[in-house]
Amino acid sequence: MPPSLGGIELDKEYAVVMKGITKRFPGVLANDHVDLFVEKGEIHAIVGENGAGKTTLMNQLYGLLHPDEGEIYVFGKKVHFKGPREAIEHGIGMVHQHFMLVDNLTVAENVVLGSETKKGFLFDLNEARKVVKDLSEKYGLLVDVDAKIEDIPVGMQQRVEIIKTLYRGAEILILDEPTAVLTPQEAEELFEILRRLKKSGKTIIFISHKLNEVMEISDNVTVMRLGKVTGRLKTSETNPKEIARLMVGRDVVLRVEKESKEPGDVVFEVKDLWVKDNRGLDAVKGVSLKVRRGEIVGIAGVAGNGQTELVEAITGLRKVEKGKIIFDGIDVTGFSPRELRDMGMAHIPEDRLKYGLIVEYPAYYNLILGRHHRFPFSESNFLNKRFILKNARDLFEEFDIRPRKPEMLGGNFSGGNQQKIVVARELSHEPKFMVISQPTRGLDVGAIEFIHKTILRMRARNVGILLISMELEEIFSLSDRILVIYEGEIMGETRPEETTFEKVGLMMAGHRLEEVER
Amino acid sequence: MRPDSRIWSFVVPIAAVILALMIASIVILLIGKNPVVAYEALIKGAFGGRQAIADTIIKTTPLILTGLAVGFGFRAGVFNIGAEGQMIMGALIATVVGINLGGVPPVIAIPVTMLIGMLAGAGWAAIAGYLKAKTGAHEVVSTIMLNWIATYLSSYMVTEPLAVGSGTPKSPEIAESAKLPPLLTIGATEMTSGIIIAIVAAIIMYIILEKTTTGYEVKAAGFNPYAAEYGGISISKNITMSMAISGALAGLAGALEVMGVHHRFLGTLSGGKGFDGISVALIGQNHPIGIMFAAFLMASLRTGSNEMQFVGVPKHIIMIIQGIVIFLVAADRIVRTILIRKKKVRS
Repeated sequence: MPPSLGGIELDKEYAVVMKGITKRFPGVLANDHVDLFVEKGEIHAIVGENGAGKTTLMNQLYGLLHPDEGEIYVFGKKVHFKGPREAIEHGIGMVHQHFMLVDNLTVAENVVLGSETKKGFLFDLNEARKVVKDLSEKYGLLVDVDAKIEDIPVGMQQRVEIIKTLYRGAEILILDEPTAVLTPQEAEELFEILRRLKKSGKTIIFISHKLNEVMEISDNVTVMRLGKVTGRLKTSETNPKEIARLMVGRDVVLRVEKESKEPGDVVFEVKDLWVKDNRGLDAVKGVSLKVRRGEIVGIAGVAGNGQTELVEAITGLRKVEKGKIIFDGIDVTGFSPRELRDMGMAHIPEDRLKYGLIVEYPAYYNLILGRHHRFPFSESNFLNKRFILKNARDLFEEFDIRPRKPEMLGGNFSGGNQQKIVVARELSHEPKFMVISQPTRGLDVGAIEFIHKTILRMRARNVGILLISMELEEIFSLSDRILVIYEGEIMGETRPEETTFEKVGLMMAGHRLEEVER
Repeated sequence: MRPDSRIWSFVVPIAAVILALMIASIVILLIGKNPVVAYEALIKGAFGGRQAIADTIIKTTPLILTGLAVGFGFRAGVFNIGAEGQMIMGALIATVVGINLGGVPPVIAIPVTMLIGMLAGAGWAAIAGYLKAKTGAHEVVSTIMLNWIATYLSSYMVTEPLAVGSGTPKSPEIAESAKLPPLLTIGATEMTSGIIIAIVAAIIMYIILEKTTTGYEVKAAGFNPYAAEYGGISISKNITMSMAISGALAGLAGALEVMGVHHRFLGTLSGGKGFDGISVALIGQNHPIGIMFAAFLMASLRTGSNEMQFVGVPKHIIMIIQGIVIFLVAADRIVRTILIRKKKVRS
C-alpha cells in the first residue's frame, strides 16, 4: 500500500474494513486491490466517475458479489457473505440507486416485506404500522405509513428504503448515488436525515460523483479511479479541485466557457402540446416552447416528469394528442421520424443503447442510420459501401472515436465512444434543429467536456438546440434559457445568469416561477 | 479461436452434425445393429448413383426455399411458422393458374405460374404481417392459424371443385407449357430444374440482405426495432414487407413442387416441408449459403434413410440425428458462454 494513502490507525474503531479487494469481470478489472476503511459512526463518501468500481465494491460488501481476492471485516469480524441475507444479519443495509419497492403496497407493508410482523400465523398489519411509525419518528424520517408507494414522491420512497434497512437492524447503511433522483431541496432533507442517523451512532457509506455533496456531508472520502483507490482524504482537509483531480487523473475544467451570442429567428416551436405515456395517462400537459437559431434552450426537471414523452413526440416517435409542432415554418405535427430527419432535425436520444445504436451493426452502419436511404450512402436501393466506409473513417477522425475500427460492432465500444458515434452521426446531418437528451449520462468527465464543447460548436453554427437534462450543472452551463418541467407542465422560464440552483430546484419540485420569485 | 469469432458460424453446425452422427450411432448399437453398416447404407442411399443423387436434389429444392423463407423472417425479427401454409397456398394457386395456361407458350406460362405462386405465398404471409403491424397480434399465433386454414382450404379444393381420379385427393395436371423442364431424366425420375431457381433465390436473398438499403432496414428492424424506428424506418411497414418476402419464398417452394415434381396439386404435397424450413434455417444460421447446405444435409438424410431401412435400421434414426443437430446449433450460445467462462477462469 502506498504510504501516502495511510492505513489502519490502531486507535480507531472500524465498522468496515475491506482489504485488497479484487474483482474481475470479463475484460474488466472492476476492483484492483481496493482498500476501504470506514470508521464507526462516520459518514464516509466513496467518489469516482461512472465505471470507477464504486458500486461493484459496495455490492461485494452487501454480499451481492463475491470478491476474487481480498478480505472483508465487519465490526472487526472477518466475514464471507454468501448473499445479502447474511450481510443484513451482520447489520448492513443498502439503499440501491433503483428502489426495490412494491408499487401497489403501502409504506408499512413494504417495510416489513420479507420479515413480516406476525400474530400467530397471520400477518399483523397494525404491529407493522406501529413499528414503522416508531422508526420514522425516532430518526425523523417523515413518511405516510398507509400511503401506497405509487402515490408518494420519490424523496419519500427513498425514506421508506432507509426505514426498511433500519427495520432489519442496519448499523451500517450503504447509499448508492442517493441524490441522483432528488431535487436540491429533497437532497438537503436527505442530508439532515443522514446527520441524525450519524448522531444516533449509525455508520453511513455514501456513494456519489457530485463533489459539492461530498464536501457538505462526509467526514472522510475514498476516491476511486478505474478500479483503484487513488486517494483517502479527510473532508475537512481537502477541496473539490483536489478530489476531481484524483477522480479523473488530471486537472479538469468543471465548467465550459460559453460566448455570448444573439440568437436568430425561431426555428422550432411547440404550441400547447399534449402527449400520453405508455399507460395512457397524460404525461405532457400543454407544453409550449420556442427555440431560435443559435440558441440552446434547456429543460430541467427530475426524471419522469414527461421529458421522455415530450422528446418522443417532438421527434415523431410518439403520437401527439393535441397541440402543434412547427419546424422551420411548417406544421410538422404527426410527421414521421424520417420526414423530420429529412427536413433537418437531429436527435441525440437519452437511451443510446435502446434508440441510438444498433449494437449488432458495425460502427460504419451505425454512422449512417437515419440517412442510410439517401445519396451518397444509397443509390437506387443499393448501399454504397465505399462512401459508407469513407464517411465512417472521416467521422472517427473528426470525433476521435476509439479504437479507430469502424468495422467493430457498435456494442463493443465503450459508453463514451458509443455516445461519440451517436453524436457524430447526428451532427454530420448538418441539422437545423437538434433535440439533445441526457447527452452525458454515464460518461466520464473527459468525454463530458468533449460533448459540451461540441454542443456549443453547433450553437455557434446557428443550430437551434433543445437540451433535456437531469444534471442541473449541465443545464446551467450550456443553456441560454432554462425551462423547468414538473409533471408534464412548464413551471417557468428563466436564464442561468438570472437565477440560482435553489430557485430552479424549487420549480423542479412543483413550485411556479412566480411563487419562487416571491 | 476466440469465442465470438465468425468462424464459429461454420464450425458449430459441422461439429453438431458429427456429434449427432456419433450419438445416433450409440442408439443404433443399442438396438443391436452396426452403425457403420447403417451409415454406409445412408450414404449409398443419398449419393450412390445418379438416381439417388437426383432424389436428394429433388428433396433439397423445397427445403432451400422454405429455409430461406424462415431465415429471412428471423433476420427481420419475425418468426414465420407459417411457411407450411404459405407453401400450400403457393402450390394451390399456381396449380389453379397452371391448369388454365394451355394455349400460352412456356416462356410466358412458366414465369407467370411461378410468380403467381410467390404472390399467393406473399399474400398469405402478409395477412399475419399486417395483423401484427396493426394490432400487435403475434405472428406465431396467426401464422399457425393460417396454416390450418390453408391445409383445409386446399384439401377441400382437391376433394371437391378440382378433384380428379380416385385415391389420394389430387387436382388435374397443369398445362404442359407450365411445367418446368427437367434438368436430367433418369429412368422415371425427372430431376427438376427448380434447384437452379432455389439457388438463384438464395443468391438474391444474400444480395438483398447484404447489399441493399432494404436489407439494411430489414436487419436493423430485426436487431433493434426501437433504434430502427428512431432512424426513420417504419416498423409496421417493415413487418408486413418482411412477412410478404418470407411468404413469397415459401410460395415459390410450393409452386416449384407443382411445376417441377408432381405437376399437380396433391393433398400430401407440402408434407411438413414448411416446418422443416425452421430446422433448415436454424442449422444454416439464417444465412443464405448456410441454408443451402443445411437443406442439402436434411435432404440427404431423408433420401438416405430409405436405404438404411433395408439393412434393418429404422429410418426414424435420422429424426434423432436431425433433432440433435438442431439442439446443438440452438445451444450454440450456451456452448460459447461456457467456453468464454472457461477462458476467463484460466486467465
